[in-house]
Amino acid sequence: MKFSEQWLREWVNPQIDTQELMDQITMAGLEVDGFEPVAGQFSGVIVGEVQSVQPHPDADKLRVCQVSDGSSEVQVVCGAPNVREGMKVPFAVVGAVLPGDFKIKKAKLRGQPSEGMLCSESELGLSENHDGLMELPADAPVGKDVADYLKLNDVTIDVDLTPNRADCLSIKGIAREVGVLNSMLFNSPAIEPVDSVHSEVPDIRVEAPAGCPRYLGRILRNVNLQAESPLWMQEKLRRSGIRSIDAAVDVTNYVMLELGQPMHAFDRDEIHGGIVVRMARIGEKLVLLDGQEVELTQGTLVIADHEKPIAIAGVMGGEHSGVSPKTRDLVLESAYFDPITLAGKARHYGLHTDASHRFERGVDYKLARDAMERATSLLMDIVGGEPGEIVEVASDEDMPRDRVVDLRAGRLNDVLGMEIDRTTVEEILTRLGLRVEKLLKNGWRVSVPSFRPDISIEEDLIEEVGRIYGYNNLPVTEPNGSLGLRPEEEAVRPVSAIRNFFVDHGYQEAVTYSFVDPKVQQLVDPDRQGIALANPISSDLSVMRTSLWSGLLKTVAYNQNRQQPRIRLFETGLRFLQEGERIDQQPMLAGVVVGNQFPENWANGRRTADFFDVKGDLESLFRLLGIEIRFVGSQHPALHPGQTAELMRDGEHVGWLGTLHPQVQKNLELNGTILMFELFLNSIVTGYVPNFKEISKFPEVRRDLAIIIGSEVAFADVERVARKHAGEQLTALRAFDVYEGESLGEGNRSLALSLFWQHPERTLNEDEVHSLFNGVIDALKEELGATLRS
Amino acid sequence: MENLEQLVQDGLSAVESADSLQALDQIRVEYLGKKGVITQQAKTLGKLSAEERPAAGQKINEAKGQVEQAINARRNDLERAAIEQKLASESIDVTLPGRGQDLGGLHPVTRTLQRIEHFFARAGYTVEQGPEIEDDYHNFEALNIPGHHPARAMHDTFYFNPGTLLRTHTSPVQIRTMEAGKPPFRMICPGRVYRCDSDMTHTPMFHQVEGLLVEKNVSFADLKSTVEEFLRVFFERDLQVRFRPSYFPFTEPSAEVDIEWGREADGSIKWLEVMGCGMVHPKVFEYCGIDAEEYRGFAFGLGVERLAMLRYGVNDLRMFFENDLRFLRQFR
Repeated sequence: MKFSEQWLREWVNPQIDTQELMDQITMAGLEVDGFEPVAGQFSGVIVGEVQSVQPHPDADKLRVCQVSDGSSEVQVVCGAPNVREGMKVPFAVVGAVLPGDFKIKKAKLRGQPSEGMLCSESELGLSENHDGLMELPADAPVGKDVADYLKLNDVTIDVDLTPNRADCLSIKGIAREVGVLNSMLFNSPAIEPVDSVHSEVPDIRVEAPAGCPRYLGRILRNVNLQAESPLWMQEKLRRSGIRSIDAAVDVTNYVMLELGQPMHAFDRDEIHGGIVVRMARIGEKLVLLDGQEVELTQGTLVIADHEKPIAIAGVMGGEHSGVSPKTRDLVLESAYFDPITLAGKARHYGLHTDASHRFERGVDYKLARDAMERATSLLMDIVGGEPGEIVEVASDEDMPRDRVVDLRAGRLNDVLGMEIDRTTVEEILTRLGLRVEKLLKNGWRVSVPSFRPDISIEEDLIEEVGRIYGYNNLPVTEPNGSLGLRPEEEAVRPVSAIRNFFVDHGYQEAVTYSFVDPKVQQLVDPDRQGIALANPISSDLSVMRTSLWSGLLKTVAYNQNRQQPRIRLFETGLRFLQEGERIDQQPMLAGVVVGNQFPENWANGRRTADFFDVKGDLESLFRLLGIEIRFVGSQHPALHPGQTAELMRDGEHVGWLGTLHPQVQKNLELNGTILMFELFLNSIVTGYVPNFKEISKFPEVRRDLAIIIGSEVAFADVERVARKHAGEQLTALRAFDVYEGESLGEGNRSLALSLFWQHPERTLNEDEVHSLFNGVIDALKEELGATLRS
Repeated sequence: MENLEQLVQDGLSAVESADSLQALDQIRVEYLGKKGVITQQAKTLGKLSAEERPAAGQKINEAKGQVEQAINARRNDLERAAIEQKLASESIDVTLPGRGQDLGGLHPVTRTLQRIEHFFARAGYTVEQGPEIEDDYHNFEALNIPGHHPARAMHDTFYFNPGTLLRTHTSPVQIRTMEAGKPPFRMICPGRVYRCDSDMTHTPMFHQVEGLLVEKNVSFADLKSTVEEFLRVFFERDLQVRFRPSYFPFTEPSAEVDIEWGREADGSIKWLEVMGCGMVHPKVFEYCGIDAEEYRGFAFGLGVERLAMLRYGVNDLRMFFENDLRFLRQFR
């Protein structure tokens, strides 16, 4: 809400400067978003009167004017189309300085001397309007300083109100707050009922009393809408961010700003039969004041006549029934609309109006009549007219309840953490307009005024007292409760340990969006359908990821496009799967590696990272976590068919490691060999607590062997068979060489293994080892068709 | 016996001129070995009288000792020279860079989250997680934000269908934690949150940390100390903190927290909003089946990227999710 400081100070005027005033209301919860002067910085501009206007002899678009400054007449050349004899305008005399440090000097324009300049609103920094000269009222005193005359020593203050403070969407509401903060009373204009001079009343029927518990109408006959709103009113509106339209609209806006009651004025001749407040019927259409035609939907409260809707209640009036300069008779509306009925309606039609903003948050449900009287008398001052009686249709049972709330002193102290003395509490409540109905033994019974719909429970009152007392005046104490220490499972490694592992192994953590491009996701996980957002921000962020790879591969592309050839990334986060009715949100760990295995330098060489580099990293990770994972050759649609491993733990799938399929890589326009892995975090974080075993004092024996075996036989199978026959005392088995070459024959490879034996309690003798070793060799020959390499 | 002296002289000079350990060893054999020329002198002793023999024997021993000493000294010299030569040949340019893997780094959001979590863990808070695809009830309803509430407009929500959405804040984890357990509670929930908004200062995803403390006797004053202490520890500065009344449907009283962040042109403190907080609204307790007369609580929420931006001087929120390596590497 924007408002003029001067206007506020007419209501309440504490002896503090603008900055202090803004700080004060900010700290009361009405956050000042900003402020700006209501006009540019200028001097030497006075009220001038145009005495005569002559064409410029040498320029079609210029006029030569004689302008009075109150004591003498000077010649001014002017280009404004609206300049005319007798007009009063802001006149920047020679020596004046206009906004932007623009100095006015004697000049000649196309040969004609010009002493000064006649100004538009934009030239004085009042508005953007530079269509013509700013016209001052006919009674403006010639020669008077314009800044003084227009009281331009004022600022527009913009407060960003929280949705609970509907009461502060008016000068009156803000004045009340400022009054409380400075322990002052505030002035308000006297509102007297306007006597009716005729008996014509509008026919009003409220068919939807739940949405409209109160509706007031009044006819004002024979108005003159040619009459313009007075300058003071236009200026107050302008300084509160509202453009002057015509007297009827200006007055309703003025009352809304002043008291907080949105109002509307209809042209009586456009209302057929009478006013009906009802819900919209399906298919009904309405052309709104802003010119757009809307099709009304169910649940929309409308103001209608006996034929059709003429306004969306509390949002915007219709174009057809609106007032125009030709309007003779007005019907004024002042109503209370139910916030819940109106909630979201403006938004539904793509609208947000000053009225809807207020009604949705809750207007004072007892304000309508005062506002009607205030508007009537303001209007009559401008457009004249004959007022009729006010018709009020109200439904008490649909009206918000008057609330009485008890505040216990003990509870107040407990919540705020200090004791506030009773008189202070009472003063705060009273100045806020909360009436203390009754003093209770240990507190207060408070009745809540109709302008504070946000207050309904004790906590609301506690907040009011704390807020006005000042949060920063409340003490600071340490919470003294103790929860005791919680157990911590040693076998479960925190995710932070996993992150640190990857950081130590040269991986950079990435955080990518949880919603991804469906086209990318289709490539990395073609068998699944991502859960689609109903209202995505853009099509490339429109489905929830089913794999962290989508985001990581996009990140690879982003960095490859920025000359980063070596990329090692990991990410942790949820993936989202639709499993029938259920949505599965699984924590994942994923990574990608592309480029050299080591940073390029003189000693590291330039070897490209391959499958076994990344596998080595994962094996280290699994050792850190204390878990055993088997890598099983497998197939994945996004991975290279010959370089894909499924990761298994105790027979259960825990993830994938592989090289990105070259076709997918091509489609994603990525470079290099891209290694990727993705694991279920929950499946890998739980390892074991170490359990000490005696260290053997006896020597370890090593035997090496080399076999030639079919290339299709997996090392894992060789290992399995070897272990099976190597006996209990085998402590380690390592492959120390793998070789494939022509000399071995097509489809063969050579594997060199070393086996280690050690007995915990004695030295193994030569014969035992020899027999175990031979047993292994025989098994490899028999079970896997291996031959011993000589 | 003059001969002996001569032999010693010859031996010494041979030792002197020996230029390798092998040469020296040869000299040792030649003079002091079993058949060495000085050793052989002992045979001459037999020709001497019993009285002369001890003196002559001693002379021979002395001669042997003299040469042996010289040999040892020379050996030491030669060995030392050999080591020095080896060392000289092994010298390297220690200024060349080392070999091996580079270090990666944590994302600045994680780095910031870890500092936050660490602070609260020390104060006895547990770290809780919740779903990111939430239902309307936990994200709004149970937080006292019914369907018509204007505060919903403050949350630009991503929907899947009318009842299912991406959580707009981490506050639903408060509800889930209270539903699942019994008071007292001290917990924080760090995590991703989503708003349908994207421009210079908004990304459609960002991170929050929600905090909740529920105990029998806790007040706004306790909330103040928790928040102030956290901010001072986080920024490692004794900065000024102020609490400004505000509004959140799930707390009452509610406050926004500003910290001192430099000075305005006129010398006054420039305040910067960093957190929201308040006392748990009785309605929220009611939804979670907790007696608001018996227990009170406070809750707070903060934007992780905002704190990271302030802490590290990052000037563009969007950089956090571009994952440009040149950006990320600055935080390792």
